Amino acid sequence: MTLFGHRPPLFAKIGLAIVAINLLVAIFGPWLAPYDQSQSVGDTWAPSSAHMWLGADQIGRDMLTRLIYGARMTIGIAAATTVLSFLIGITLGFTAAVVGKWVDVVLSRVIDIMLSIPQLIFALIILGVFGSSIPVLIITIAVLDSTRVFRLARALGVNLAVLEFVEAARLRGEGLWWVIRREILPNAAAPLISEFGLRFCFNFLFVAALSFLGIGVQPPYADWGGMVRDNAPAINFGLWAPLYPALAIATLTVGVNLLVDWLLSIDARPSGAQAEM
Amino acid sequence: MPRLIATRAVLGVLTLLAVSAVIFICTQILPGDVASAVLGQQATPESLQVFRQELGLDKPAYIRYFSWLFGVLHGDFGVALTNQRTIIEELRPRFLNTLFLASYAAVLAVPLGVGLGILSALREGKLSDRVSNIVTLIAISVPEFFVGYILIVLLAIDWPWFPSLATVFEGMGLGERLYVATLPALTLVLVVTAHMLRMTRSSVLSIMSTPYVEMAFLKGLTRTRVIARHALPNAAGPIISVVALDLAYLVVGVVVVENVFVYPGVGQYMVDAVAKRDVPVVQACGLVFAAVFVGLNTIADILSIIVNPRLRHPR
Repeated sequence: MTLFGHRPPLFAKIGLAIVAINLLVAIFGPWLAPYDQSQSVGDTWAPSSAHMWLGADQIGRDMLTRLIYGARMTIGIAAATTVLSFLIGITLGFTAAVVGKWVDVVLSRVIDIMLSIPQLIFALIILGVFGSSIPVLIITIAVLDSTRVFRLARALGVNLAVLEFVEAARLRGEGLWWVIRREILPNAAAPLISEFGLRFCFNFLFVAALSFLGIGVQPPYADWGGMVRDNAPAINFGLWAPLYPALAIATLTVGVNLLVDWLLSIDARPSGAQAEM
Repeated sequence: MPRLIATRAVLGVLTLLAVSAVIFICTQILPGDVASAVLGQQATPESLQVFRQELGLDKPAYIRYFSWLFGVLHGDFGVALTNQRTIIEELRPRFLNTLFLASYAAVLAVPLGVGLGILSALREGKLSDRVSNIVTLIAISVPEFFVGYILIVLLAIDWPWFPSLATVFEGMGLGERLYVATLPALTLVLVVTAHMLRMTRSSVLSIMSTPYVEMAFLKGLTRTRVIARHALPNAAGPIISVVALDLAYLVVGVVVVENVFVYPGVGQYMVDAVAKRDVPVVQACGLVFAAVFVGLNTIADILSIIVNPRLRHPR
């Protein structure tokens, strides 16, 4: 099997498989799930059985069903957030790079200040003021995450903006938007794509962490972080209930990381230390 | 050099000032205001009016910002909306608890992360390095609460050596405190060590591929000597930044870990306040976390100026 003209090593294949399975479950969830996500079908933390493979949660809902619906919610929010974050970050970053002057200075300073507040703390402040709902959650995380995308996009844009073909486009009178879309973006696409994987991973963990803290996705919707929180008391009885959603979060992030790690290593040169010893 | 350090310190203070302004602005962009958010549906125009005056919301925003900032500098964070208690009194013991947990983790994690990172760089490509690469990748990519619960299952349930709830209270002896906080500290240690190991490894490796290290090898120096005399002094700057970055991360990572182990620190206090939408408390905790974060980053920059002679003479 080859991918992007390279044969992926074992770990990359594992990563790819994990990501593919999770995406399929997220997309086709409602058709796969044996029960409804809010339907109570057993006793509290019922053990796993033939009709409930992973047992029941704290109010007797089927764990497997909740996990499947949770995939949809958690992965969906993380994906929406990352796309929005890239739209904001790339637009602002390239604008700063191409226009330069005071636009660049103002944007860069504002972003520097935003970056000097830890992201989780910043999100907690905003959610504390606005209260938590899914749109607020997506916008908050997207805006905070776009600061990182801005940094990368600006750095890429600054290097591209001085090249002859960009200058030529400007001299023939193309507008700012045209220059960004037709000259800068295609040439900055490769690094932005692998960054997309990393940012997705980060946002996914971020959504899960906020829901775990009880200020992300609110009940009755199933989501993995919230499921860990709701089932946490079970652990004192030696039950595995909170570990299933936690394991789901962990596997997906490890999967994405394995894949991105390989994508990044494709064009990285072998380190000198290894070559010489 | 003193001048350069002073500049950096002033920059740190300015950043902190800007950060406080951003935090203040965040709490002002709400449509309506805190008074209507707190009183909600039952608000009558009269009760809103009274409450606004009580909170000082009838004054313009910049005056409120400066009076808030002035209060904060004197240790007055205001009063919590939900229970009317003064925030500083609740914040102080929790801050000390958080600091205790973070330092406990840092004392274990820093030598472990840096040491293993250097070791792993020296053994690049060997089996132990490859294993540590995968293990640390997994450790940094899984959420902290997953690591926390795995530790609870292993060390509090299957082998009941440590308590799963880190309950600390005033007047607790140091030994007992350390024992109770072991699991949360261990969770932080695992996550932070993994990150530090990877970053240290890659910064040592990037030094190992420079021409002067190659030259040292070609001169016929022993491996130990090349590493101790040529590579490590130059890797010190990046390693210090990594350590500071991870300490700063530690301060934020405690938020989740404190909630896993029900540890009474600032993180738990803040999350509770967010859930209750108690804006003054959220503001206060946010400022405390941001201040520690900015402070650590400033110290890291100053330290790297001190250890790296090239940074002392800006062109």
